Amino acid sequence: MVADIVLESQPDIHADLSSEQISQQDFPTEEMLVNMGPQHPATHGVLRVVLRTDGEMVLEAVPHIGYLHRCAEKIGETLASYQYIPYTDRMDYLAGMNNNLAYALAIERLTGLEAEITERTRHIRVIFAELNRIASHLVAIGTYGLDIGAFTPFLYAFREREWILDLFESACGARLTYSYITIGGLSHDLPEGFVDRCTEFLDYFEPKIPEYNNLLSFNHIFVKRTANVGVISAEDALAYGLTGPVLRASGVRWDLRKAHPDCGYDEYEFDIPIGEGAKGAVGDCWDRYFVRMCEMEQSVRIVRQALAKLRGTEGQETRHKKGKTIKLPDDEVYYEIENPRGQLGFLVRGNGSVIPARVKARGPSFCNLCIVDKVCTDVLLADVAAIIGSLDVVMGEVDR
Amino acid sequence: MAPEEIAERLKEQFADQITDCAFETAHPHIFVAAEAWHRIALFLRDDPRLRLNVLRCISAIDMLEDDELVAVYDLYAANSPANGGTTWTMGPVCCVKIKVPRDNSHIPSVADVWPAADWHEREAYDLMGIVFDGHPDAVTDAAGHHPRRILCPDDWEGHPLRKDYRFPMEYNGIPAVTEFEQTRPVH
Repeated sequence: MVADIVLESQPDIHADLSSEQISQQDFPTEEMLVNMGPQHPATHGVLRVVLRTDGEMVLEAVPHIGYLHRCAEKIGETLASYQYIPYTDRMDYLAGMNNNLAYALAIERLTGLEAEITERTRHIRVIFAELNRIASHLVAIGTYGLDIGAFTPFLYAFREREWILDLFESACGARLTYSYITIGGLSHDLPEGFVDRCTEFLDYFEPKIPEYNNLLSFNHIFVKRTANVGVISAEDALAYGLTGPVLRASGVRWDLRKAHPDCGYDEYEFDIPIGEGAKGAVGDCWDRYFVRMCEMEQSVRIVRQALAKLRGTEGQETRHKKGKTIKLPDDEVYYEIENPRGQLGFLVRGNGSVIPARVKARGPSFCNLCIVDKVCTDVLLADVAAIIGSLDVVMGEVDR
Repeated sequence: MAPEEIAERLKEQFADQITDCAFETAHPHIFVAAEAWHRIALFLRDDPRLRLNVLRCISAIDMLEDDELVAVYDLYAANSPANGGTTWTMGPVCCVKIKVPRDNSHIPSVADVWPAADWHEREAYDLMGIVFDGHPDAVTDAAGHHPRRILCPDDWEGHPLRKDYRFPMEYNGIPAVTEFEQTRPVH
């Protein structure tokens, strides 16, 4: 009965056709423009990506940015350097300490305060920068799992992050926009008991990393969604100016903390994890994710060393008398540090007054995002979310 | 390699296209002429002693008092590990600056030399108004042939980071101020 019915325009399902041939016969597709964002759960902020798709295949992806442009650079020309620190917090709002550090170091290099930063300040700055790196990578990992569809790691990551935010809150009163590292030092010294609480956190957190690897990193579905997706070669990564975990995942063992150390990073022992193609090609999404997991382990190592180095520096000054009123010479500086997302650079040009003539922020997420044009061609629609998530962009830094 | 040596190499190759240098500063830099910039960029990237393969940043600075715009290119070389090491190291670091007049600012695009330049040049055009000729993502409109804007909307008028920029009183019908007696925005 059913076998008697012969339909004219159906493909012969018994014939040995590939799925592509079947869909070509049965579903003629045309190109479609799909708009992803600016409000979208998987674009990590207000990012708009216009996709030209042919069915499920994305032929071209064009990112449009600027939805979070808050004229930070223009504002930099109207405020004294000490007053500008809170604005740097808000650029990459998940790594406030690192942003503060970059701007503070730039101004200190420009004005010559660099030589007067005490050892205690340097070690505390490293502690907070690395704790913030752990916190930032936890967000990256948790939200990346969320983009892929894994809901549990997100809450575990944020639970660990609460510890770190409590530590930050005890030091400076804020959980996200710290303004703790300022020109000439820090806004406050460490509170009582900070070293013990920090050590307690590190002892608690270190065994959690293998737990997350079991939960998410080596999860079969996660690996299938991210391995061999969005492969970026090392040459492309360098040519496009990518930095941070994205560059390291492509096999380039480059870290500004080793290549051009500042703030005392040359006194610390740590490794630089790179992508090795353990689950697929070198430089795929899984590598970019796993490099962040490994970097958290290294950050724990650095913080432990920094806490040990703090012994013996009690009583050293952590605030500089001239920090608040320093005049910028008629000179220029470009200073970059290794942020959790890449290299954040500040170009500051002074003209003899307390207010700079130009502040330019080179955001790592801005530079990392430009690879989307190239990498999201001929991928599946679902892969676009995986690729953008693996780049770990924060729109506050892209748009400034 | 010190900035002085890089400047020497450039002068050997390009003589009078290297107009000025400054080394006694926190940001040693070399001024080059705009017309020769593309050739100089290729030299900086490909010369075996320099190999400046990473363009970190293009900044645009408005020198209103000299009636000029300055484009600042920060470059460095990321050298792959040698001698049995495993970590990449930083080679020569270089900063190149190009001065252009404010009313006729054209600089050749180097997006084909360093693809990183693509978005940086779009931002420099958008916020400062330096036109990069030969940019791969260019459009032609009332303001001429220029790179597509990146942060501001495509139909925005003016270049916000210029020192003489006046914020527009309205944009597509959206007023800049809500008090009707005001005639200019208050900042």
